[in-house]
Amino acid sequence: MAAVFHPIAPRPAPARTRGPMARIRANLFADWMSTLATVAMLALAAWVLPALIEWAIVKAVFRPDANACQAARGEGACWGVIAEKWRFIIFGRYPFEQQWRPEVATVLLLGLVTVSCIRSFWKPWLGILWAAVIPAFFWLMGGGFGLSRVPTDLWGGLPLTVMLATFSIVFAFPLSILVALGRRSSLPAIRTLCVFYVELIRGVPLISVLFMASFLFPLFLPVGQSPDVLLRVLVGITLFAAAYLAETVRGGLQAIPNGQVEAARSLGLTYSQTQRKIVLPQALAIVVPGIMNSFIAIFKDTSLVTIVSLYELTGAMSLALNSDANWRPFKIEGYIFIALVYFAFCFAMSRYSLWIERRVSVGKNR
Amino acid sequence: MAHRSPPKKRDWSWRSQAFRGLVFQLVMVALVGFGLWYLAQNTLANMHARGIKSGFDFLLQPAGFDIGESLISYDALDPYWKAFLVGIVNTLRVAIVGIVLATVLGTLIGIGRFSRNAIVRGVCYAYVEFFRNIPVLIQLLMWYLIFTDLLPPILEPISLAGVFHLSKAGASFPVPVWSFGVGTALAGLAAGVVLAWTYRAWAMRRFEATGKVRSLIAAPIAIVIASMFVGWLVGGAPTAWSVPRPEGFSMEGGASATPEFLGVLLGLVLYTAAFIAEVVRAGIASVARGQVEAASSLGLPRNFTMRLVILPQALRVIIPPLTSQYLNLTKNSSLAVAIGYPDVVSVATTGLNNTGRAVECITIIMAVFLTTSLSTSVLMNWYNRRSAIKER
Amino acid sequence: MSSNLLKLSITAAAVALAAAPAFAGKTLDAVKARGQLVCGVNTGLAGFSAADSQGNWSGIDVDVCKALAAALLNDASKVKYVPLTAQQRFTALQSGEIDILSRNTTYTLTRDASLGLHFLPTTYYDGQGFMVPVKSKVKSAKSLKGATVCVQSGTTTEKNLTDYSRANKLDLKPIVFEKQEAATGAYFSGRCVAFTTDASGLASIRNKDAKDPKEHVILPELISKEPLAPAVRRGDDEFEAIAKWVIFGLIEAEEYGVTQANVDQMKTSQDPVVMRIVGTSEDTGKLVGLDKEWLVRAIKAVGNYGEMFSRNVGEQTPLNLPRGVNNLWNKGGIQYAPPIR
Repeated sequence: MAAVFHPIAPRPAPARTRGPMARIRANLFADWMSTLATVAMLALAAWVLPALIEWAIVKAVFRPDANACQAARGEGACWGVIAEKWRFIIFGRYPFEQQWRPEVATVLLLGLVTVSCIRSFWKPWLGILWAAVIPAFFWLMGGGFGLSRVPTDLWGGLPLTVMLATFSIVFAFPLSILVALGRRSSLPAIRTLCVFYVELIRGVPLISVLFMASFLFPLFLPVGQSPDVLLRVLVGITLFAAAYLAETVRGGLQAIPNGQVEAARSLGLTYSQTQRKIVLPQALAIVVPGIMNSFIAIFKDTSLVTIVSLYELTGAMSLALNSDANWRPFKIEGYIFIALVYFAFCFAMSRYSLWIERRVSVGKNR
Repeated sequence: MAHRSPPKKRDWSWRSQAFRGLVFQLVMVALVGFGLWYLAQNTLANMHARGIKSGFDFLLQPAGFDIGESLISYDALDPYWKAFLVGIVNTLRVAIVGIVLATVLGTLIGIGRFSRNAIVRGVCYAYVEFFRNIPVLIQLLMWYLIFTDLLPPILEPISLAGVFHLSKAGASFPVPVWSFGVGTALAGLAAGVVLAWTYRAWAMRRFEATGKVRSLIAAPIAIVIASMFVGWLVGGAPTAWSVPRPEGFSMEGGASATPEFLGVLLGLVLYTAAFIAEVVRAGIASVARGQVEAASSLGLPRNFTMRLVILPQALRVIIPPLTSQYLNLTKNSSLAVAIGYPDVVSVATTGLNNTGRAVECITIIMAVFLTTSLSTSVLMNWYNRRSAIKER
Repeated sequence: MSSNLLKLSITAAAVALAAAPAFAGKTLDAVKARGQLVCGVNTGLAGFSAADSQGNWSGIDVDVCKALAAALLNDASKVKYVPLTAQQRFTALQSGEIDILSRNTTYTLTRDASLGLHFLPTTYYDGQGFMVPVKSKVKSAKSLKGATVCVQSGTTTEKNLTDYSRANKLDLKPIVFEKQEAATGAYFSGRCVAFTTDASGLASIRNKDAKDPKEHVILPELISKEPLAPAVRRGDDEFEAIAKWVIFGLIEAEEYGVTQANVDQMKTSQDPVVMRIVGTSEDTGKLVGLDKEWLVRAIKAVGNYGEMFSRNVGEQTPLNLPRGVNNLWNKGGIQYAPPIR
């Protein structure tokens, strides 16, 4: 039998791996599962999006007109409630004609936070600037020295949110470094104290710390000597943030090879010199993203102080809408508004955190 | 500097490091102790001066208030400790259900971040960024508002087949009437889980010894179902169901989930799932690229690569941060108090106001959460050790 | 560094120790030294204590503070108002954050005996009631069987509700909220069939918070006694006496027809009781450590009890509450002041 040569059929040319069509195929229709997912998602979007757009834009009421809003209820959003109440939501019960003060104070504080995020500004004068801005903030908000006095129970809205978040992180930072060092210390009593503090705080919810600061703490001090409730809450959040921050910093400290410490000691540096000049500068550079994440967490957690009756952004919003029967039905729009405010801040911070993470790891990845 | 002699140990001089360390510790302990003593002494003095009663004896007094929803039987004449127990059970209920659901959702979304489909990737990314950047309290309040706003009034529920009802009073659904048969079915379920677990361990050993693959998912599930069925048959195969029926302002029979419970649950699950998704994503990303390449050069399909190669390795990275997410969820459940769910914080604040025992009630809240946190940590650490790399 | 730290800590300890026995003195001395009365009020309950958009407080509870400040400090405006939630109020008083708690607080045995405070005379006799939407067609609390009821936590209301539900076998389901706004918000959104609090509070909420007050009805049953009274901290009997007798004085003034408008003319009155009230005969102020004009100033600041009532919650106000049991004892009510003599 003579063998017959059967050439196998030529293979088709390989599929294009470049160009828009190929990209679409690879990303959307790679196999039947992927195709199914694409179709399902598109169908879902086609179903949900038009209804959403109709509610949020087409049939929405944008002017502050309660009757028009009432008429559109159920069909269109009432953004008029924001137009009507935004000052109350942003500034809380702060006296109306004085509202330029929290405005300036908040811009000042946010500006300083932004400057502090830029590495080339990490110089000694930044610390001095902080030391100047913090009293200036309290002066602008609280009055005195030429400005009319505004008691702290009228502070509210976004300035209070920004203030609680920023100050608690700023004050928690040095404390957390001490605690983190203490937790790694060779002195058993110090180590035990620090472990106890960190684990205790991390084991309980923030709300119980706030209850403690707001209701209980006055009982712990001699009658009439307890500080303002805002200050107590600020201290409570600071102690809470410090425990979490201390764990972040400890992570950074652990990442420093022991050889660094040994080298420093063999050069004759003391404990505090070793920590200040060798360990902390390296460790802190590593933990900047972690600190940023703690900041985001605390920024979100400040919304809890509304439960102990401080009217920050969340509290001011519900106060603004609950106290006005005409606008009360449109709380959803109010929540969406403050949710977007929180989102804008937190998203910006998380972007920054990612960016700095890449910057820090540049040295490692070269 | 150059002439400094090395520090001598065990020397009662200021230059000895050991001595300085000792003094420093003594001072710190004394300071902390003094601070605590000062606060405690003030508190006692304040309480004594105005005749404020203190102590935990109130826990044995009748509570005198009703609690809206409870898994264990509770009556207003029961003592305070039982009211607290109801609160603790409610907290645990929302935390446990929340942890299970958030883990499932979070894992799916985390894996979805690596999908080949761009839309799935995009949706998962958008989900994570959206839900984790909005405070959980606002999410809870929003869900609760949506539930109470959009659902139909209590007197006009939407009913499905006359057995499911949905209204502002919550979602009602039928449950089996408690009987001996239900008990044996549950016992069968428990036995089935144990059996399935044993079978799976045996199958894994066989696989490692012989390389023969046995069903690792279908067979255990079948065992569990069959065992439950047998238990049900043994108990006389009861078929009675308690069906909810609108009766005035409430539902007779059946079981229901209130809008408070659903609001807390949904808020916590969606928020925590975003964080769990990030944990899972980071875990998967931490598995070396070479592992995937090796798996595909062995001809393993994509879903097997994920299940057999990537996830087991990623799990080791995932577990510690996952633990802290579980703890966060449990702690965040305390926010339920803002929307009227009777968790332990809510019961404690009611107790605080009725008895005036502020210190005691807040101590109870803290103790409950500390205990759950520490025991979850212990449990997850045990699991972590089990799944850690076994060096041979 | 260590030795510096040591010195610092010793100093800190010494300072703290020195501060320890420095108990703030009596409330009265503290108020006088500060020149200001710190008064704990409700965060917002129209007719009792509510602030307008300029931050001016008004209401019956606020008037008590104003009258006290006028009697004690010669100036009704020397009051700092601290808005408090139900949970905060007692610790705020116990800890000395406020001098007097005037925040629609129910006078009960437990509170009087175990919270370290003394109640003053009742300024408003109230009872707990229910509010339901007109739409629900409920006419009586007895027909609320199985209903969900929104309640604010930290009040006597929760326990009254339980007692009532039990006594009438109603099986009411309380949904408890931390804050007043949350509780009313849930009620208005329809989550609860009924809302419960003091009848005066219901009137205030219906009037101020409901979109249309006519859509909600307050049921006729009052399920409890709620005597609302201000309270002061224990440990200063003189301050308590002043506060107590200022309130009695305002009631006595109504009984003898001394009003905000005529208090100056009354100084020429020959009625011995009026003469004691306006301080033209006996020096009643001396007995409580004040001057003889003490009640005149209080009445000038807020009027007598009847004027306080009608201005804040009476029938001309939106709250439109009947005088009822809060009328004077000789006009069918139970407001009765011991003689000022």
